Amino acid sequence: MDNLKAVVEALIFVSETPLSLSKMMEIIGDSEKDAIAGVVNDLLVDYNNRDGGIFLIEVAGGYQFRTKERCAPWIRQLRATRPKALSQAALETIAVIAYRQPVMKSEIEKVRGVDVSGIVKGLMEKNLVRIVGRKDVPGRPIIYGTTKKFLEIFGLKDLSDLPTLKELEE
Amino acid sequence: MSYKFRLDIFEGPLDLLLYLIKKNEIDIYNIPIAVITEQYLEYIEVMKSLNLNLAGEYLVLAATLIHIKSRTLLPVHDEDDTEDEEDPRDELVRQLLEYKTFKEAALNLDSMTLLGRDIFRREFSDEDGDEEAERPVKEIGIFELVEAFRKMVAQSAAPELMEIDVEKISLSERINEIIDELNEKKTLTFTDLVGELHDKMRLVYTFLAILELVKLRIIKAYQTVSYGTIRISLAVEK
Repeated sequence: MDNLKAVVEALIFVSETPLSLSKMMEIIGDSEKDAIAGVVNDLLVDYNNRDGGIFLIEVAGGYQFRTKERCAPWIRQLRATRPKALSQAALETIAVIAYRQPVMKSEIEKVRGVDVSGIVKGLMEKNLVRIVGRKDVPGRPIIYGTTKKFLEIFGLKDLSDLPTLKELEE
Repeated sequence: MSYKFRLDIFEGPLDLLLYLIKKNEIDIYNIPIAVITEQYLEYIEVMKSLNLNLAGEYLVLAATLIHIKSRTLLPVHDEDDTEDEEDPRDELVRQLLEYKTFKEAALNLDSMTLLGRDIFRREFSDEDGDEEAERPVKEIGIFELVEAFRKMVAQSAAPELMEIDVEKISLSERINEIIDELNEKKTLTFTDLVGELHDKMRLVYTFLAILELVKLRIIKAYQTVSYGTIRISLAVEK
């Protein structure tokens, strides 16, 4: 296809969530899989070399344009809203869920030593945590996991992109 | 003993313990239980006297520490040979180490470049795209649900007088039931969930469960026509 690179670039620009290769194939045509992958790579290189304010990132199983970190102070002014920071308790809780999913509330509480109901609720409202199902044991307790939005917020391609707990100990 | 008191609120009793261990430069694999217990209890007393709200878990850990301390002080019993081979501190150490790992994980997460804080993506206005299609439903959703519910309650008023239902139901149970049904049937109408019920308690709980599930974004409630049938399905991740 002519100007495939331009088409892919435009699609990524317009997509509200990170655009996956499969979604691109859906739109452009399955036969073009290798061509698309190649073009995405070209775009990654282009934007890296460009030294502009935007870069292309592979995140949450797809591709997305994002602003460079050093531009943050100006963008925050434009947005004029303070991002709601996650509390230490929320971070610890979501860390447990991220690494141990699917996980029950009682298991989270065992690690943190405190009740987490309120925090888990808050994380679900922020769409960072979701109910994955229920464990097949007496009482059928609910089990939780992280969402795609979690990957997007933390800039992860997928869950294996998280540093392992062993790596963190060093 | 006077402490330079750090007025950060600890994230829980384990956090406090880790702080004490670090402050005293104690080896976590060989905690002097008497010293730690004493300091921990003193901290609890100070926090209480400052009227800081102490979660029950702090007291549970205090009891645990005292229990461990007492076990280290008691002489070894011959009958309980196998039990005494295990160090009474082991479980606590394991818990502390695990918590410590996740504290590091949390710090690590916070140090990452976060979307919305350090880097940004395009903000999408609501004019075109899914948001608009969803919004009318969400905005009127609550009122529609209440109206539909009111109708249900009015209809079920009569039978209720004749039934004495001893079945106790909890909100979380009902929530679970609804999730199960939706997993099976994919979509349900509001009437499906509420229509057959004569027990007012169950009606109310079902309604509350639906509201909660919508708030938690676990389910979606929508109508295709104004005042039409309300349909409910699990919120699917894109």
